[in-house]
This record gives sequence, structure tokens and C-alpha cells, in this order.
Amino acid sequence: MKLTDVARFAFGSLRGSRTRTLLMIFAMSIGVASVVVLTGLGEGARRYVVGQFSSLGTNLVIVLPGRTETSGVGLGMMSGQIPRELTLDDAQALLRSRTIARIAPLTIGASQISQGALNREAVVLGSTSELLTVRHMSLSEGQFLPAGDIKAGESVCVLGNKIRHELFGQGKAIGERVRLGDRRFRVIGVLASQGESMGMNTDELVIIPVTSAHMLFNTSGLFRILIEAKNRDSIESAKRDAEAILLRRHDGERDVTVITQDAVLATFDRILSALTLAVGGIAAISLAVAGILIMNVMLIAVSQRIKEIGLLKALGAPATQIRNLFFAEAILLSFIGSVVGLMLGEVGVLIIGNMYPTLPVAAPWWAIFAAVGTSLGTGVLFSVWPARRAAKLDPVMALARS
Amino acid sequence: MLHLNHMIELNEVSRVFDVGDQQVAALRDIDLNIAAGDYVSIMGPSGSGKSTLLNMIGLLDRPSSGIYKLDGGNVTALDDAQQAKVRSEKIGFVFQSFHLVPRLTAAMNIELPLILAGLAPAERKTRVAELLENYGLTDRGDHRPDQLSGGQRQRVAIARATSMHPAVLLADEPTGNLDQTTGKEVINLLEQLLEQKVALIMVTHDPAIGARAHRQIHMVDGQIISETAKDA
Repeated sequence: MKLTDVARFAFGSLRGSRTRTLLMIFAMSIGVASVVVLTGLGEGARRYVVGQFSSLGTNLVIVLPGRTETSGVGLGMMSGQIPRELTLDDAQALLRSRTIARIAPLTIGASQISQGALNREAVVLGSTSELLTVRHMSLSEGQFLPAGDIKAGESVCVLGNKIRHELFGQGKAIGERVRLGDRRFRVIGVLASQGESMGMNTDELVIIPVTSAHMLFNTSGLFRILIEAKNRDSIESAKRDAEAILLRRHDGERDVTVITQDAVLATFDRILSALTLAVGGIAAISLAVAGILIMNVMLIAVSQRIKEIGLLKALGAPATQIRNLFFAEAILLSFIGSVVGLMLGEVGVLIIGNMYPTLPVAAPWWAIFAAVGTSLGTGVLFSVWPARRAAKLDPVMALARS
Repeated sequence: MLHLNHMIELNEVSRVFDVGDQQVAALRDIDLNIAAGDYVSIMGPSGSGKSTLLNMIGLLDRPSSGIYKLDGGNVTALDDAQQAKVRSEKIGFVFQSFHLVPRLTAAMNIELPLILAGLAPAERKTRVAELLENYGLTDRGDHRPDQLSGGQRQRVAIARATSMHPAVLLADEPTGNLDQTTGKEVINLLEQLLEQKVALIMVTHDPAIGARAHRQIHMVDGQIISETAKDA
């Protein structure tokens, strides 16, 4: 018997019992669709988090003052010293490394900001012109902090979008002056609205030159140094360089912590990938259930078609051929079920994507392959028994059935 | 006595069924030779083993003991796949209840043995068209069995049984579900096959139909009790 004939025969018997076929396709497609939708959601969550991280900047290495690990009694503690501060000179020294593309020192504080009679509390960020690039910010008006001597301490500021509107309304902001604490600053730029990103709302920020911030808050230390490595591969060496340079500058004392954004990101990536796999696995259980349903219905089909099987045997079909016919039916069912399920799933993903536009929902390719594979696999697996039963039927008994 | 090469040779063939803890013999030491072109009817009361004998000859059943030779070859020794091949190539069945596949059209039912044998579609098409023509079913080719009369259904079944040009045609009560006139037509169609040297073996209850066969075998309790030849 030719393969095309086997397929045609199987298709014919599927068409012969339409309700049964439709129900089975439905069961199978729900299984496949749920795998697609659930893994799509998981993958969406993963991509969302990864996206949030990379909006912070790419190839980022961050230097924090102090060690985050617990240490024993050290010399510093005996002499009552606090950990050494990170200074602007430290930051600039980092540029000596060939793997570091640019740096942005950060000082942070809170201050009253006022314009005329309006005033409010705002988070003030002291930094340099490089921050714009390192932190992937963009401007809606004017320009960012001026490049040049970072120790100049110009009295200029860049306002977050929300603060700009609160202080100036629809009016002109660029060139106007605002008061921060006891100093007056000229507004030179306004940040584009970016919304919340990893807990920091850039819309409510005021950014001023780092030296001005030091004067404003009467400090000299840095809160963070953001480092952008040349490329993805040089992140690790940028981290090592930063550690080595700061170690030398701090007289051999390891009093800074250097973390890479990648390490944090990789952890999240792993957790969320595992989560996606888990929900995909749960959805796959529904596929197994569909498989059992197929087995059930196939067994019924065998007993309903006992006469037909007996006839096929009488007409010269060997047992293997009968088995193949039932196999072909199961495979065809699973295949159609998978295709319908994939379409249903994609529609589901599309609907969720429309409901939550910020979530980049899309089933990963491996999930689609796995869903179709599992569906075909269970279809074949669960038709082994019915097919064997059909093949083993005694033709005399089968034909005698009335 | 010297035998010519027979188409069918049964030597002391028995068939025993287990019914509960009892053993029931459906066939007891049957010796039977049938030549190509023979016309044999098998008659006897219910449970006499007529159908079991027919199934045995058709390789749907295996003897508990004894030897069955078809075309000189011992077919009792063959495995399932080999027996299926012999059925496909040498044996045609016609049943009392037609046994047409309800979802397939008349033409597709006739084509079924050809599909199972793996014939090329073009070859199948010409053979089916020929058979539809021979059995007066040309305008019924795309009708399903439930759209056909009893006589038409049995004609489809005969066309199907002969589609592989079998050497042996086995008919189990072929007129049992038909009225007298249609029954007679069906018998005529079957008898025409004798011209092509087909061995026609028919189980029947109807003495009038049985009497048409050249050889009439009477069975009781799984044994052949007598064989009469048709008066010429």
C-alpha cells in the first residue's frame, strides 16, 4: 500500500466520523495553544525585565564605595576610619583603561527646587555630560550638561519632564533660572519623558554638574561611578581594570565594590527562563491529556470499525498495514490539531499583546517546536495500543459481528 | 490413485475451538480436493462447520491440525503477512451482508483490494472502470452503499472480490440477504466466473441454489458426510 493511499484512507475515515474528529482536534489544539500562550507570557516577562535592564545602559559596570562583604576587625576599624570615599579623581583615573569607553560619576541628594513662588522637593543628580550616553537618556528640549572640565561646576541644570511642567507649565523653560537650595541654576535642557525605569523616575529628576552637586550638598564623595565598557566582551576586563586601578589609588585597600549589570541580568534571565519552561511544562500536561483522549477515542473507533478491519484483512491487508492505517489516523489528527492549536495560540498571544502593550509577548521558537513535537508524539504513542488491538483482531470474529 | 495437481488440497484438516473448558471440533479430519474451474457448493445444518471450512480455505482461520495446500504450496506454514499476500493475490470473498465500507463510494470499495496490493493509481483506475462496466454499475460508481439496492451492493462486492483476478472465489450465503430474482442474478454473475477457470466455492442454505453446483458437499458435525455430482 502506497504512503499517499494510507494518508488518503486515514483522512477518509477521519472525515467519516466528523464529530469525533472535530472534538479530538479541538482537544489537541487547546493543548498546543496553551503551550504557545503560556510560554509566550513567560518569554514576554523575561524580555520585559531584560529590556528594563538595558534601558539603564548597555555594557554597564558600576562602582560602589565600600565593600559589601562582611570583614573582620581591620586596621580601619581600629583607627576609627570610615571607608575611603570615591572621588572624582578616582573616576577620571578609570579612563586610563583601554576597555572602558566612558564613565559617568554620580552624586545623589535631595533638595528643594523653586521657581518664583512654586517649589517642591526633588532628587538631584550630580553627573557629567557622559551620563546622557551611558544611561541612555534623551532630551526633549535644549541640551545636556556641557562637556569639558568636570571640575568647573557651572550653575546649569537639566530638568525632568514632570518637574519642568510643574515649574513652568506651558511657558518657556530653557534659559530660565531655578533655585536649588541656596544656589541659582540656569535651565539648559529638559529630559524626554521615559517613565519609570528600574525604580528611578527620570521625570522627577534634576541633573546638575557633579562639582556643583558637591558644593550644593557640601560633600566630595561619589555615590556611584557608572562605567560603560567598550563592548559586551570587554565587560569582565573593564571590571578587572576598574578594581585594579582603584586598588592602586586606594593604597592597596579593597574598599570599593564593582558589579556588572550583566551578572544581575543573567540571574534574572535564568530565573525567568526557568519559569517559562515550568509553565510550558504545565501546559504540556494538557497535551498528554489530549493524547489520552485520542487513545480513548481510537479504542472506540477500533471497536466501531471491527467489521471494516475484518474486511480489510479478508481483502489481503496484513496486520502491519492495519496498524499503519490507525497510526496514520492518529498522526493526521495530531498534526491538524497542532496546526489549529498554533493558530489559536498565536491569536491568543496577539490579544494579550494588545491588552498589555508593554509586555513583549511572543512564544519562543523552541516552545512551538516542543508543542508540535509533543502533540505528534502523544498522538503516536497513545495510538500504539489501539492500533495493535486493531491489527490483532481475528478476521473471522470481526466479520461475523453484526 | 494418482491425483492431478489440484488447486486446493485439504489433508485431514481439523479445527478445534475452546469453549469454556470444553473443546468443540468445528472440523474433523476434512479431506477435500478442488481443481481450478470447479463449482462446489457446501450445504448442511447450522453449526455443521460450513463457514469454518470456507474461512479455512480463505486463510482467515488456521487448522488445529492437518495440511492445506493451495496451488501446490503448503499455506498452513505461512506467517500472517505471507497469508495476507496469498489472500490478496489468489482469493476473493463475497459475504452474505456484503461488507461494503459505508463511507466509501462503490468505485472506491471496488478499488480497495487494488489499493491494499499497492497498485499504481492509473492501473487501478482502468481496472475499476472495467469492473463497473462489467457489472452494470457505471452510473453507480460514485454512489455510497446506502444509496444502492441490495442487488447492486452485492454486485459491487463481487466486482471487488474479482478485482485482483483471484483463482478461488469464496461466497458465504451470497443470496442470503436478497430476494429470489436478485439472488438469481447474483448467482448468474458468480457462475460466469467459472469460464475464467475460477474455483467457485459457495456455502448456502438454499437447496435450489446448492443444486446448481457441479459438486455438492454435505456437512454434518464438522464432517463431510456425502458429495454428490450434479446430474448432467
